[in-house]
Amino acid sequence: MKKSVFFGALAGAALAGGVAGAATLDDVKARGKMNCGVSTGLVGFAAPDANGNWEGFDVALCRAVASAVLGDANAVEFVPLTTKTRFTALSSGEVDMLSRNTTWTFSRDTDLKTDFTGINYYDGQGFMAPKELGVTSAKDLDGATVCIQTGTTTELNLADFFRANNISYEPVPIETNAEAQQQYLAGACDVYTTDASGLAATRATFEDPTAHVILPEIISKEPLGPLVRHGDNEWGDIVRWTLNALIAAEELGITSANVGELGSAAGDNPEINRLLGTEGNLGEMIGLDADWAKRAIAAVGNYGEIFEKNIGENTPIGLARGLNAQWTNGGLIYAPPFR
Amino acid sequence: MADTHAHSVAFARKTQIPPSPPPASETGVIKWLRQNLFATPANSALTLVAIWAIYSILAGTVPWLLNGVWSTASLSECRDALQGEVGACFSVLSERWNQLLYGFKYPSDQYWRPNLAFLLLFFAAAPVLFFDLPRKLLIFTGLYPFIAFWLIWGGSILVPIVALLGFVAGFVVFDRYGKQSFATGFFGAIVAAFVIWTLGGIVIPDTASENAMLSQVPSRDLGGFMLNLMLGVTCVSLSLPLGIVLALGRQSDMPLIKGICVIFIEFIRGVPLITLLFVASVMLAYFFPPDSTVDLFLRVVIMITMFSSAYIAEVIRGGLAALPRGQYEAADSLGLDYPQAMRLIILPQALKISIPGIVNVAVGLFKDTTLVSVISMFDLVGMIRGPILASTEWNGVYWELFSFAAMLFFIVCYGISKYSQWLERRLATDHR
Repeated sequence: MKKSVFFGALAGAALAGGVAGAATLDDVKARGKMNCGVSTGLVGFAAPDANGNWEGFDVALCRAVASAVLGDANAVEFVPLTTKTRFTALSSGEVDMLSRNTTWTFSRDTDLKTDFTGINYYDGQGFMAPKELGVTSAKDLDGATVCIQTGTTTELNLADFFRANNISYEPVPIETNAEAQQQYLAGACDVYTTDASGLAATRATFEDPTAHVILPEIISKEPLGPLVRHGDNEWGDIVRWTLNALIAAEELGITSANVGELGSAAGDNPEINRLLGTEGNLGEMIGLDADWAKRAIAAVGNYGEIFEKNIGENTPIGLARGLNAQWTNGGLIYAPPFR
Repeated sequence: MADTHAHSVAFARKTQIPPSPPPASETGVIKWLRQNLFATPANSALTLVAIWAIYSILAGTVPWLLNGVWSTASLSECRDALQGEVGACFSVLSERWNQLLYGFKYPSDQYWRPNLAFLLLFFAAAPVLFFDLPRKLLIFTGLYPFIAFWLIWGGSILVPIVALLGFVAGFVVFDRYGKQSFATGFFGAIVAAFVIWTLGGIVIPDTASENAMLSQVPSRDLGGFMLNLMLGVTCVSLSLPLGIVLALGRQSDMPLIKGICVIFIEFIRGVPLITLLFVASVMLAYFFPPDSTVDLFLRVVIMITMFSSAYIAEVIRGGLAALPRGQYEAADSLGLDYPQAMRLIILPQALKISIPGIVNVAVGLFKDTTLVSVISMFDLVGMIRGPILASTEWNGVYWELFSFAAMLFFIVCYGISKYSQWLERRLATDHR
């Protein structure tokens, strides 16, 4: 506890102060640490391991930004946030960025005064049902009881889907994914609905994963991405282009293994040269040095490496790239040119 | 007559027949069974149902417990080790033991600090709980909060020392002037304490904590059952005196004091604890500038203390109301002033009556500390629901973790309950 904090509290002195300063980059540099809001725990996306180190797909992005800005992938203070506390924590300045499987929607982008800085995972809401139920399509679910997490977009999508198809359902509200798993296995609900990535992760932990099917319908678009506060575009640019740098790195064939070599001197590919700072002054334009992207890629790898390491097909979660393949491979992942 | 009789009768026994053993159905185990388990047909039926119920519970749990696996590294390994048999996967407890107890961020080479603080807690609490012990031990109890703070949070030792000096200064001023006028002493004490704290804040350099003997651990890094215990102990010990003050204030003749107390109690009792916690974690962050917020732990302590002190106040008010009016009049007729009457006559009796109610609130409060998990603090339940269940290794382990949490809480709450029963017996002065 900071001394000033302690005495401030004891004296009950509520010091008046300005709202969170506009220049987040300066704050982060002065602090020497970036505060990154993450999930309180989501398999593959964000969870601390046995030693307390945060790992996961969303966590990697925080580390990438910290490496780009501060030069140290560990200079991140991870602030675990629930679905209910995440937006207030961002807008009150408690965290500098939020990388917490948050769906980009109109009202969140505008009314909640946040800025989404890209999409790092294209998800969609799906359904999982026990095989013995004999359901093959979500449209067969008339009258089913559905386990659903409250306070999320999935809740609203579910209502829309059933209304559009004119079938009825009975929601079983639950708080966390862990609770949902248990309720679903205990038979409290016929179907569990959440993002398809979550369903796959959940199914992978079951004793007999083959006894459950994920229905083919994907009933919503859930573009998940990092977000920052309204009003500090410079900081938003840094987060946006760090994500783009990781994506572009995969497309250009830059990996954590060869980034040192490629970045040591200008090569044949001008885009690689610009990205890695051996040519041009892109880093300077966003207020960083020339090696920013090199550091980020060296610390966490390119987008594909992050995917494979945390949620890819060789992990227990076993997600296929699908929509999240590079656009050159038929997916939606696409970085604007570095120019 | 005797002779005649002797001749007319063929045989007369000279000695007493040795007593035969009672019938089998009236002795030992069988008698006990007949009396207690099979006294009536309805009783027998209930007994059989109960036996069946106990058997089915044990048949389900005992193999699960005994077959438990303790040394695998993940749930899937656990399942491989069990090979389809029923069995618990206790490995999660052994692998995440430290996380369950201390949270996932407390530096692991510093675990001795909370351990030592926990050990010292017993020495500090003993003279308060068992008043047969020498009263001098209370000095240590008074110092304990500052020692525990320093041990758990670390940082510069000057911080707890200045805080302690503030309290000492306040006490000295109160002791000096409180006798003449309570108000002078009271407000003088507050001013004195503030002066010391402000001066201390200026004198202690900002860098004092950086090279301190014990490395600094921010509140955000506290977690696990340690956090539950810290919140429980702090809030119970703060809310009891506050509750007494509120209860007395509510009975006061002074309209302002009475009004404040009534509004406070009724407002706090009318609001769910979880709402107050959300205010503490979410709303207050808006009111303070980002760099000088009040520590989250302190905010939560304030909210839980306010909450439970309102309940304790009402419990104590019940105890005060139960005292016959004659007790108040007796105090008046002895010529005691208000503080003396309260301290010597009213409160000892009222508090004794209130013990079961106060313990009820204390046990409830201790269990309510798990609510902090909804505001992203990783107490025992928060650790289980968040990081542990979200790790790829342990996703899907529920019974083992939550049974462990239940067991820890049960041990503490049962201990509190047993202590209160002892206390009631110890304080029993009436002849029933």
